[in-house]
Amino acid sequence: MTAVPALSRPKRMSATPGQIALALAIAAFLLFFLVLPVATVIYVAFTEKGTNSFTLINFYDFFRTELFIRSFWNSVYVSAMSVVWASVFALPLAYLTTRFVFRGAAVVQTLGFLPLIMPPFVGAVAMQLLFGRNGSINLLLDDWFGFKIGFMEGLNGVIFVQSVHYFPFILINLSAALRNIDRAMEEAAQNLGSSGFRLFRRIVFPLAMPGYLAGASLVFVKVFDDLATPLLLNVKDMLAPQAYLRVTSIGIADPMGYVISVVLIIASVVAMWLSALALKGRDYATTQRGGGGLAKRVMSPMEAIFGYGVVILILALVLAPHLGLLLLSFATIWSYSPLPDAFTVAHYARVFGESSVYIKNTLIYASIAGGIDIVLGVAIAYLVLRTKLVGREWLDWTASAALAIPGVVLGIGYLRTFYGITLPDGTPLASLWITLVLALAIRRLPYALRACHAALQQISVSLEEAAENLGATKSRTVRRVVVPLMAGGILAGFVTSFSTAAVELSATLMLVQSNSDAPLAYGLYVFMQSAAGRGPGAALGVVAVILVAACTFLSHLIIERSQKAKGMGH
Amino acid sequence: MVNRRVALAAALGLSLSTSFATIALAQAPAGKVTVVTSFSKDVTDPIKKAFEKAVPGVTLEVQNRNTNAGVKYVEETKANNQVDLFWASAPDAFEVLKGKKLLTPYKPKATGIPEKIGSYPINDPQGFYFGFAASGYGIMWNDRYAKANKLPEPKDWQDLAKPAFYDHVSIASPARSGTTHLTVETILQGEGWDKGWRTLKEMSGNFRSITERSFGVPEAVNSGQVGVGIVIDFFAFSAQASGFPVKFVYPTVTTVVPANVGIIANPPNKAAAEAFVEFLLSPTGQEVLLDPGIRRLPVNPAVYAKAGADYPNPFTDPRFQKMIGFDVDKSEARTAVVDTLFDQLISFQLDALKGVTKTLHEVDAALAKKPNAQAKAAADEARNLIAAMPVTEAQAASAELRGAFTGGKEKGARQAELESQWANAARENYAKAKTKAEEALKLAR
Repeated sequence: MTAVPALSRPKRMSATPGQIALALAIAAFLLFFLVLPVATVIYVAFTEKGTNSFTLINFYDFFRTELFIRSFWNSVYVSAMSVVWASVFALPLAYLTTRFVFRGAAVVQTLGFLPLIMPPFVGAVAMQLLFGRNGSINLLLDDWFGFKIGFMEGLNGVIFVQSVHYFPFILINLSAALRNIDRAMEEAAQNLGSSGFRLFRRIVFPLAMPGYLAGASLVFVKVFDDLATPLLLNVKDMLAPQAYLRVTSIGIADPMGYVISVVLIIASVVAMWLSALALKGRDYATTQRGGGGLAKRVMSPMEAIFGYGVVILILALVLAPHLGLLLLSFATIWSYSPLPDAFTVAHYARVFGESSVYIKNTLIYASIAGGIDIVLGVAIAYLVLRTKLVGREWLDWTASAALAIPGVVLGIGYLRTFYGITLPDGTPLASLWITLVLALAIRRLPYALRACHAALQQISVSLEEAAENLGATKSRTVRRVVVPLMAGGILAGFVTSFSTAAVELSATLMLVQSNSDAPLAYGLYVFMQSAAGRGPGAALGVVAVILVAACTFLSHLIIERSQKAKGMGH
Repeated sequence: MVNRRVALAAALGLSLSTSFATIALAQAPAGKVTVVTSFSKDVTDPIKKAFEKAVPGVTLEVQNRNTNAGVKYVEETKANNQVDLFWASAPDAFEVLKGKKLLTPYKPKATGIPEKIGSYPINDPQGFYFGFAASGYGIMWNDRYAKANKLPEPKDWQDLAKPAFYDHVSIASPARSGTTHLTVETILQGEGWDKGWRTLKEMSGNFRSITERSFGVPEAVNSGQVGVGIVIDFFAFSAQASGFPVKFVYPTVTTVVPANVGIIANPPNKAAAEAFVEFLLSPTGQEVLLDPGIRRLPVNPAVYAKAGADYPNPFTDPRFQKMIGFDVDKSEARTAVVDTLFDQLISFQLDALKGVTKTLHEVDAALAKKPNAQAKAAADEARNLIAAMPVTEAQAASAELRGAFTGGKEKGARQAELESQWANAARENYAKAKTKAEEALKLAR
């Protein structure tokens, strides 16, 4: 066995000045761009309305309000069930494509990633047209068999949409983790007589646990904090929609909205902490990096039929919304009928005529945001897992808490904090596009962080020790050993951050200052406000999906190629 | 050149558009003018194009935000304001901005625009914002959906409470949609507090959904997910223009109110901001509103000559003259209370309300076949329980309740406490009503 028992690990090197400086720099960044702006808004939760004096009465009110308590438990239930269903979708895809010789693995990985890039508004419209009460499927069911299925009704509808939407979090993190497992482990188990499901359950899955939990905790927290889906399905008794309704409606100075935000943040941090606790005291690292060019297993014909069948079935289900989007983008009128009345390419003509600036901006903003995220993600993961710095976990928790902060709250916080600061020529700091990029980076940092964290957890510290024993400095070790070994995880983190930042709307809407600086999501929003804009909106949505999909596919090719180069592939 | 044009225009008594161009030239606006708006691209694009053509040298920068976010944005950025104009439908948003001293007064030079539309003043009396288009409220429905589900054509609010419409109607929440708030307030003012709430709750018992965006309702009706929606008129007109199979009707108790534009306090480009207001009110600007993608009602009566025959004209159509006089002050005094009551009694209790409404529809069906006085009495009792309000009209506008929502000194209870009380009262009443309704159903069968 190559796993290093936790107890025998040599005493960790204490913090170097460089590490302390790094930690301080990250802390300052988080303080300035996350804690401060959010605190300027959230402090309302602790003040009495009208008098601004400190009070905890608002929290007392929260726990006494039946609606909020019901909303809290609904959110917990929906999040937990979404994790279950997301796992059901993700496990087969991840396992089949990483552990077997599977034709088109990169394509499957890319397609399986697409649901995450569900452009706001258009995505929901497309899903309603397919799965809604009078969507294609229900109209046909009603016609043929005389009954309908409530895919999109109530809490179950939210679970359905959320698990389709967010399962790629598990898929991408789990796939990265599975690729990192040394196949020698599996072979040893096989030699000892273990095979099939037992092998998966006892050896493979436990070793991939960090990746799975990273993805599962993201799904849980994301569903817990997501407001768009419940609102678009008209489900209001969940926590995030309640916070949003409060913050954005008449009671803009109403403390309860911010109390709910505080509860959301605490719940997210607790969920992250629990997932960290689940991994504590165990070691997932392997020293041997699958060298020797072990082959992926070849499936028997029966296995292959079954395997491809499962993959196609899952992909058909999770990609149905995108099929709906595609149909909508070519549709003239689509109303109360299984298919559109007629098809046209006019919407694309309009979008290409007007929207190239949105596309360019999106590519720039999302790439920079994703870049910032992986740099911070690697740094924080390294500090947390490899040093004994006091309070290093706080960096992790603070960064993760960003997941729970409603986009509107962050947007308002940025305006409040940075609008007063002006450049020499009088333009406010908050009106520069870079502010939007920073907001996107902060909002997506948790995604990259979880991915980097999981990747580093799978790398044995003894590899670094070996490098240092051979005379490498710490920074050289990180550069030449740690980061290359984490490459898969880092790329996974970048892709998630990049592609979700590309369709982020809530913070964007608050911070966009001019049409020429606006990203795609803003353009979509503007189109989707009118009946005539539905088609062009869908066309722009398709463009967004293709764009991000192309980037994802490219990064999968890079992963595969780099693994081949290291002799890890087939 | 400028003088010659002025002279020429005056001498010939030329159309308003020319004199407007003269004013614009006299002040020589130039550069960029920024407008925060809730209007969609289909509305802003044609107007931007026409404006930039009418006032060369000025570019219109459109920032699209929903009304609430827009108000919040202007408020948050007032210290270093970069925005010239605010442009949206809901008059309340402008009242909020005006109250916070975020608007500049201005006196438009455009002529030909009357004082009132229906019974609603077109411009803010103090000159802080100006109506440029009118919109009425009403009922929109999907024809294919209605045929497939055998829905009758609705004519009035009360129709939507009929059994045929159960689970087929949608509305936006008044707390999130300024225009829906006006619809609710119109019903309350037109029918009176208690009767109005009774109508609202009876309609709500038939609701399929209560959405969070104004546009969520027409979208659901357009795509056929919901049969009937309570919307502002131009949502239906522009959907018709796009080819969707939808129809629209103005109920008898409704109102027509202006959509507005106002100049932000301390605008970076005042001359251009004024030029934009003048443009919107000029005949050229008013004509753009007839564009199929916009379809709003111009405030200049002369412009209707260029509209099609079937275009609703609020200045000549007798329906609009009968519409109720809408009291803005009354509405403003109780905005928060009305919206919160709607949410606590209807939005967040919709399942319970629908449950008892469904049973009552069954009772009615049974009674129609076989009358039964005792069952009818029980059903009426259930209806009264549903209609009961925890707050009277006088209380709704009282300093005490307003204080609870704004944090004033006079407050008797905190907002959260009131909300809990109201929600509990509604829940208990709906549960009791359900028992009564089931009793009535047993008797009726």
